[in-house]
Amino acid sequence: MKQLGIVGQSVRRRDGIGHVTGQTQFVDDVTYPNMLWLRMVRSPAARGLIRRIDTSRAEAYPGVATVVTWKDVPNNWYTILCLIGVEPNDEPVLAQEEVMWQGEPIAAVVAETETIAREAAALVRVDIEPLPAVRDVFEALAPGAPIIKKWGTNTFMYEGMPMRRVRFGDVDKAFAEADHIIEGSYQVTPYEHAPLETQACVVKPEPDGRLTIHSNTQALYFTMDNTAIILKVPSHRLHMIGGTVGGGFGGKVDVVTEPVTAIAAMKTGRPVKWRWTRAEEFQASSTSGGWRMEYTDGVKNDGRIIARKVRALHDAGAYHRHSPYGVTKHSANLQGPYYIPNVWVDAYCVYTNRQPASALRGFGVTPASFAAEVQMDRIANTVGLDPWAIRFINAYRNGQTKAIRKKVEDATLIETLQAAAKLVNHPLPEKFLAMHSNDWKEA
Amino acid sequence: MRMVSFTLNGKPAVALVGLVESLRDVLREQLHVHSVKAGCGQGGCGSCTVLMDGEPIVSCLLSAALAEGREITTVDGIGTPTSLHPLQQAFYDNFAAQCGFCTAGMITVAKALLDHNPHPTRAEILEALSGNLCRCTGYLPIIRAIEDAAARMDGGR
Amino acid sequence: MAKKRGRGLAALHYPTGMNLGGDPTQALIYAQPTGAFVVKLASTDLGQGLKTVVGQIAAEALSVPLDSVIVDTGDTDTAPHCMGTFASRATHRVGNAVMMAANEAKHALLEVAARELEASPRDLVMADGEIWVRGSPTRKTTVFAVALAAHFKHGTTISGRGIFLKPKSPLDPETGACDPDSTEAHVTTVADVEVDTETGEVRVLKLSSAYEVGRQVNPKMVEGQIVGGAVMGTGIALMESCFPGYPALEPHPASFNEYVMMGAADVPEIESVVLEYPSVDGPYGVKGVGEMTANSPLPAIVNAIHDALGVWITELPVTPEKVLRALEGTAGGT
Repeated sequence: MKQLGIVGQSVRRRDGIGHVTGQTQFVDDVTYPNMLWLRMVRSPAARGLIRRIDTSRAEAYPGVATVVTWKDVPNNWYTILCLIGVEPNDEPVLAQEEVMWQGEPIAAVVAETETIAREAAALVRVDIEPLPAVRDVFEALAPGAPIIKKWGTNTFMYEGMPMRRVRFGDVDKAFAEADHIIEGSYQVTPYEHAPLETQACVVKPEPDGRLTIHSNTQALYFTMDNTAIILKVPSHRLHMIGGTVGGGFGGKVDVVTEPVTAIAAMKTGRPVKWRWTRAEEFQASSTSGGWRMEYTDGVKNDGRIIARKVRALHDAGAYHRHSPYGVTKHSANLQGPYYIPNVWVDAYCVYTNRQPASALRGFGVTPASFAAEVQMDRIANTVGLDPWAIRFINAYRNGQTKAIRKKVEDATLIETLQAAAKLVNHPLPEKFLAMHSNDWKEA
Repeated sequence: MRMVSFTLNGKPAVALVGLVESLRDVLREQLHVHSVKAGCGQGGCGSCTVLMDGEPIVSCLLSAALAEGREITTVDGIGTPTSLHPLQQAFYDNFAAQCGFCTAGMITVAKALLDHNPHPTRAEILEALSGNLCRCTGYLPIIRAIEDAAARMDGGR
Repeated sequence: MAKKRGRGLAALHYPTGMNLGGDPTQALIYAQPTGAFVVKLASTDLGQGLKTVVGQIAAEALSVPLDSVIVDTGDTDTAPHCMGTFASRATHRVGNAVMMAANEAKHALLEVAARELEASPRDLVMADGEIWVRGSPTRKTTVFAVALAAHFKHGTTISGRGIFLKPKSPLDPETGACDPDSTEAHVTTVADVEVDTETGEVRVLKLSSAYEVGRQVNPKMVEGQIVGGAVMGTGIALMESCFPGYPALEPHPASFNEYVMMGAADVPEIESVVLEYPSVDGPYGVKGVGEMTANSPLPAIVNAIHDALGVWITELPVTPEKVLRALEGTAGGT
């Protein structure tokens, strides 16, 4: 490997001194004279029809500058996801006709101080006629379930089908040839990014008509373009400033902060700050999705997995966000770092009336790796091999073909198995020590 | 509303505080001490930790009025870029900060620990850090930095 | 009433880049008159240290001292598009864009230096802020002098543009065939756990891992991801849930007091080795690492629990209650 100069050196962080002296500037440290604070009013119901939104008492509360509702949103859809194939628009910026999850944003109170905004938020009255809520993926898929999405099913439609598919080889034929059929069910429940810094933005109207947006988003241009579409202004009217984020983990990717704050700034002509509370981060920000995964593997006596069939159900919560993409990523990576010649995957993106799920560190791959690796040990147990052996036997090599029909390249699983065994002083038989990722040749 | 006077990092400070205003908010919004972070407002994360008369407290849960007459120390009073405290130098050298949001609180708590106990055991360090969360580093570099600082302050003994 | 120990294994891959590609990043680099180089990005540093590694990659590619590189991010008025920091894409895509921009800027710099030294750019060597003619070390100049000359004598720009895009892959809806990523990193993690069969508590004693990441730009920062990910992964495996009664909507934690996360006292011993097998198209062979580190603990810990207890607990998080139920032979696992 080529020797380099500064790449490969553990140079200390260029923002390190700022961090240790508390001088690194985060979005919440941005403040302007005449700045207002925003507080969101959220749905108390998991599902229902909005009969009335009454903001009059909040608007009259001393110190309140304005209250923003769906009426103030020029294009009331979180719409940019169509660029990554996530359609149709399903999530309003602010709820208009219905609420789909407990915590859905309905109205933003904008006031002189955070305290006043919080007090006035309690005065916003929303009348909701409750509807039966769907709580989990099995409920959502059961015959006769309430259909909560306007296109007529509780699943995302992937090119006309209710699931993302992988079809490689012939699993039924391979199951017939297998010596063992090994099943396993795996479940992951939603968890939170919980960065120490909550989502926040400050929007300042500029004299030339532009808006300066300080944001801790993980994706500045994505946020800018999405906000522009929602505001129905050209993107060049917006100026995003950011780049220093107090922890992201995928929790600062959905554009759920800047658009409403920008509308508040435009309405009032004043700078507006929205800093999510910690309770909001836990109860209203996107989470990782819940997953239920069912594995059926066909395995030979020598430990080779010759067939894998997986049914995966992802609980996306109430809206798309990035879930349809995450289910696709899950399916593309489900085979893991192994060679499996026959693979069948049906992965469903299922909607329920809960806090929407979206990207979180490992998105889609975390549950796949979890299920596949526990299944691996199950297989080892069943065929009587040890956990190291089963993985060496099935590890993929460069040049082999994955279930998504891409050739394996940059494989190094075998090398990490060997190095880990050495690290924990686990002796490996010579045949495994002799393996390497380039030892496969096409027949 | 009432006037509150206290010492902030060795200098007199005065603020106008409401009945339920936290010391954290007064420090951040009125006195522009932004090193004190708003991480949760529930006393659960420690990123708003300051020293009050040398003892670490979560400033988000302290009514600012109760700071009257006290000595408040934030990380700004512990060291500066041109005059780093050994703890800050050790955090920097040991890569003990990633996003940096929890760092001021961590260093402040560690300062109080080393002031009271210049040779803490690892168990004592863990106890001292029990009120401070970090999501990025996994804590180990922070623990190592505190041990490193203690050793440096001890003249390397 | 015993503490039972177990060891479990997990071997994983992780893809680099937004799934299916189509996620570009651009970089611009220009020299200031006195020879500093400014790298303009609209990328975000989440704490993983992107600003630092970008500086290292730029300095390496430009062959200039590290502290003469200014990294400026992110402002959409002054920097070109970046898709964002997610999907373990940043060092790979931003790094590649920076390298491309650096190569163009360095080429421009060497052209001016060549004119100043009356040599061919091909015969020039650069190091530590100096430029000299190969084999004639007295025929030399400095980056400082060349930048000044470019600005005020030759009227030449010293700048570079860079972009990296893995074109969006089609996906066959019938078969799932696609090209989802640029490369894959790998890890094998061994978890050693101790389970208290009376309380159900699982304590992770040690996580030992062999990571393969293509190329480490900054080894201490890769270690930062390994340790941080190990701790987050352990918390996800054993403690964390937004809906502890899932699928019930209550309880629903609203604070750190209710949402249980790893604290300093919960951290296991963590040991790792890092292998480097350069990727085909990463900058200097880089592969992404930031997400994989939080994935491997999950199955390794569950497998270790099985090794300790002889039961499969396959629903996360593996709380003490689930362990006790599994030991009783009731719900929580299969």
